[in-house]
Formats: sequence, structure tokens, C-alpha cells
Amino acid sequence: MTNAALKTDLLEVNLGPQHPSTHGVFQMTVVLDGETIVSLKPVLGYLHRNHEQICEDVSYIGCFPYTDRLDYFCAMTNNFGLAVAIEQLGGIEVPERAQYLRVILAELTRLVNHTAVTGFLLNDMGAFGTPLLYAFREREKILDLFEMASGSRMMCNYIRPGGVREDVPDGFVGRAQEIVAAYPRFLDEMETLLTENEIIRQRTQGVGVLPKALAVNAGITGPMLRASGVDYDLRKVDGYGVYPRMRFKVPLGTVGDVYDRYYVRVLEMRESLKILEQALKELPKTGPALSAKGQLIGRSPRTFRPPKGDAYGRIESPKGELGFYLVSDGSPQPYRYHVRAPSFINLTVLEDMCRGQKVADAIIILGSVDIVMGEVDR
Amino acid sequence: MIGVGVLKGMAVTLRQFVGTYPAGRVLLKALHLPEGNGIFTISYPETKQQHAERFRYFPFLVYDATPDNLRCVACRICEQECPPQCIHITMAKDEQNRPLKANGRTFPAQFDIDVSICMSCRICVDVCPFEAIEMDNRHEIATHARGPELLFDKTELLRSAEYFQQIKPTEAAVVNQRLVAKAAKSQPPKPAAASTPPAA
Repeated sequence: MTNAALKTDLLEVNLGPQHPSTHGVFQMTVVLDGETIVSLKPVLGYLHRNHEQICEDVSYIGCFPYTDRLDYFCAMTNNFGLAVAIEQLGGIEVPERAQYLRVILAELTRLVNHTAVTGFLLNDMGAFGTPLLYAFREREKILDLFEMASGSRMMCNYIRPGGVREDVPDGFVGRAQEIVAAYPRFLDEMETLLTENEIIRQRTQGVGVLPKALAVNAGITGPMLRASGVDYDLRKVDGYGVYPRMRFKVPLGTVGDVYDRYYVRVLEMRESLKILEQALKELPKTGPALSAKGQLIGRSPRTFRPPKGDAYGRIESPKGELGFYLVSDGSPQPYRYHVRAPSFINLTVLEDMCRGQKVADAIIILGSVDIVMGEVDR
Repeated sequence: MIGVGVLKGMAVTLRQFVGTYPAGRVLLKALHLPEGNGIFTISYPETKQQHAERFRYFPFLVYDATPDNLRCVACRICEQECPPQCIHITMAKDEQNRPLKANGRTFPAQFDIDVSICMSCRICVDVCPFEAIEMDNRHEIATHARGPELLFDKTELLRSAEYFQQIKPTEAAVVNQRLVAKAAKSQPPKPAAASTPPAA
């Protein structure tokens, strides 16, 4: 009997709208030929909260708590991105100490995100619980640090135009240094658990390959782009904040499969630790953590009326290029507020990566994209 | 060799498992292995987590000395700045629509915060010029229904300045410093006027 004789009808299967891990609520409609994916249609909008419209109705400062809820793993970098955009719009200077604090908090957020996403990826693969809980144990320590500084573990609302809302409390730097010093041991342990594991290699290598050309053309950013071997990191390209003073490498993948995306994240965490070591050492002991103008804006947000014009502020968030496009008409509220969400744009190549793969691989390919629906649907 | 990676991984899991028990940690130490992290969770609600001092939950209204001596003057700045618009304030007024005064200050007749909408962002605290609103750290406020139970009115929101001092000593010290500086700057011309009873 030939293969042609075995040919059956295509089958349409609905995956979701629930997702087993905490990426958010996402639905995929998959057309299957046997077990092979023929086409895949993502269905978005289950977590839509009208973020952009809401932010056009509140003051510039009022947008910050809403950005926490975009990508709820990385509140600090979301705040950072919006702060950079508002600083461009209003021409606000940032004191030296605040610049360092921001870099420290952004890199800690990268650790949080990459640690958690590795756990989730394994969860998606069927290693239910163990790697995720090891990851969450480490993440918890950093979240405690965030609580120490900002008063909230996940909805930080801490980085502000002109610096950070209030200076970090005594003992913050010491505890951060302890965490940074202990982190490599956890990474080694996680790598022993995962990197050389034959089952994981079988499951991930050669799966969901994203070719270099497609990655560039589709506007993919972040670890996903670098896993495909494109050297593009906004921390190097834009050199915002004090990143030009930091010595770190940009890890690159070669194949662009799920395994590369996992491994690039592990290597990025090691580079983040290097940045953290330097930043914590070089952090100025004294000096303001919020510029005078930033303090004024914080205390009376409605007095901040940036001149007419627009600004695009972007940073390298753990998921990729996070950009905020703001248009001001001279009023205390943004006339237009747009988020360039890395999760959303990285998700656009999902069908290209899944086509020809088995249906079980679709889940881990989705897991390796590293999406948070709060940011995708907004 | 195929399978070595899996076995190494299992060794990690085993070490973590053994390290969860006090006796296991002794064993790991004797074997010169990393000890692991021990038990990381706490058995809530028997033991409660120690929060950082800055830990913030819903806002409360500060009063000095007695509950009718509110710092809030019902200026409605926080109501205006609150991003999700969860604060509702009405200033106390007499029949002729003139603001009533207590201790020389206007005061709110109604001050409601809908905590089912509040997102604990702390913007009300940042914008308040009178240091009248601060963030609480009391977080066990679950109710059986939403609606009126989660609409906190003035009496439910009141906390003394001592309570604030107790939960957030560092922040309270800064706030008190600011209040003292402000009082020194605006010397009242007639100190006797401060204790005028509210006009009927």
C-alpha cells in the first residue's frame, strides 16, 4: 500500500483558548494532516484590556501602573521603556545613580524572565513541575528584592521619567550582590538538569527552526532573533543608559531551533550576571535617584505638558525590542500612545515555524517564543 | 554515551529532594555536596511571610491623635490623578454650600475607595500634598461578595498616624520631617483660629 492510499482528510483542531502554563489565554486553530501541521491560525484578543486607549485618558505618570500589566513578568523593563520615551518627549535628564539602578533592575528582570520562561518551556514539554519550581525558587528571591525597592513583587511601578520613584532602601545593594553571587550555581544546576539531557535534545533540536532571513524580515527581536544567529541587541546598538560602560557579550545561536532559543537565554543570563556585577560595583554611593523635574512630575502629574511632537523610546526588554511611541499635543495626556510589543511581533512567525512539524511540537515552539498575552493583546 | 545527561539530571533532582530534609542536609554536607536550599515554602496561614517595609497594598487615610482630626482636606487631587478612578470624595458642606471646617481645615464628608478597582499603584500617595493618604500592608481583605463589601468608606479607611509609624517607620520619618518643615514655613498668623469648631 502506498502513502497516497493512506491519505486521509485534513483535520482542524482547536488548541486553547486555555494554555497550560501562564503565558496567558491563547488559542490556535491547527489544520492537521495526520499529525503534521499544515497551517496554523492564532486567535488573539482574549486578554485585550484596551491598554493603549486607557493610557490616552490618563496622565503620563498614570500610564506607569498600566505598563506593569503589559508583560507581567517584566514590570521593571516595561516601566523603563515608557520612562525612556517620556524622557525623550519632555527632554528630562536622568541622574547617574538612577541610570545604574535602572540597569541593575532591568538585568534582574532579565534573570527573572529567562529563568521563568525556561521553566515554562520544560512545563510545555511535559517535564511538569520540577524544572519550573526550581526556576521559580530563584525567581522568588529576585522578586523579594523588587518588593524591597518598590513595594510590590510584580506590579512594581517603580521606574519613572527622570530616574526611579524613590531611592532603594539600605541593604538593597548587599542583597542584590548576594543573589548575583549565588546565581551561577543555580544556572550550573539547571544546565546539568537540562542542557545535556538527551530527551530534551531529541525533543528540541531541529524543531521550529526560524531561518535568519525570515527572522530579520519579520522584525523578530530579542533572544529569538539572536538564536537565529543575528547579532542585534539594543543594549549594544542603541547603547542607552549606562550600557556602553558595561562589558558583556551578545550570545548568538546557530540553527535557530527551540534548543538554541533555550540555550541563548541561558547564556544571556550569564552575561546579565556580568553586567550586574559591574553595575553593582560601580553604582555611585550618593546622588539623587530622581531628577528635580522627575520629582515635580511625580508629585503633580498634570503639570507635565510636554511640547507638541512625538517620541519613540525603545529598550531591549527580556523578550525583545520594547518600544513606546508617544504623540503629544501639549496636553497632560498622551494624544497617541502605542506599544511596540516584542511578544506580539515575535508571535507572527509562529505559523512558519510550526508548518511541517508535529502537533505536539507546536506547544513547545509556542513556549520557546516566550510570549506573555498581556503584552500581545494589550 | 546516551543516557548520561538524563542520569546527571536525575542526580540533581535527587540532591534537591534529599536537601529538603534536615537530616538530608547533614548527609549532603558529609558527602561534600552542595547542600541545596532546604524548604523554601512557608505553611500559610500558620506562618506568615515577613513583608518588606515598603510592601504596599490598599491606601488608608491618616489621622492625627483623634479620628476626627483627618489630614485629608478633600482637595480631590488623588481622585483626579487615580488612574483607574477608584476614589470618590465629597467635601463636607453646609446648607449654603459653604465648606465646613474642622480644626481649621476642610474635611471630606465622604471618602470611598473601591478596592476591587484599586490597583495599589501608590500614585495617590505620591500626589497628596498633605501626606493624608498612605499605603497599608494589610492584605487579608477577602470578602464573600464583591460590591459593597469592597467599597471601603471613610470609617474603614481611617488609620492613626501611630499605625503608619508602626508599619513603615522609615517612610513615616521622612513624612514627619516634611510635615514639620511645612508647618515651619507656613506659620499660622492666628494660632487660635486653628481650634475653631465647625460652623453650623
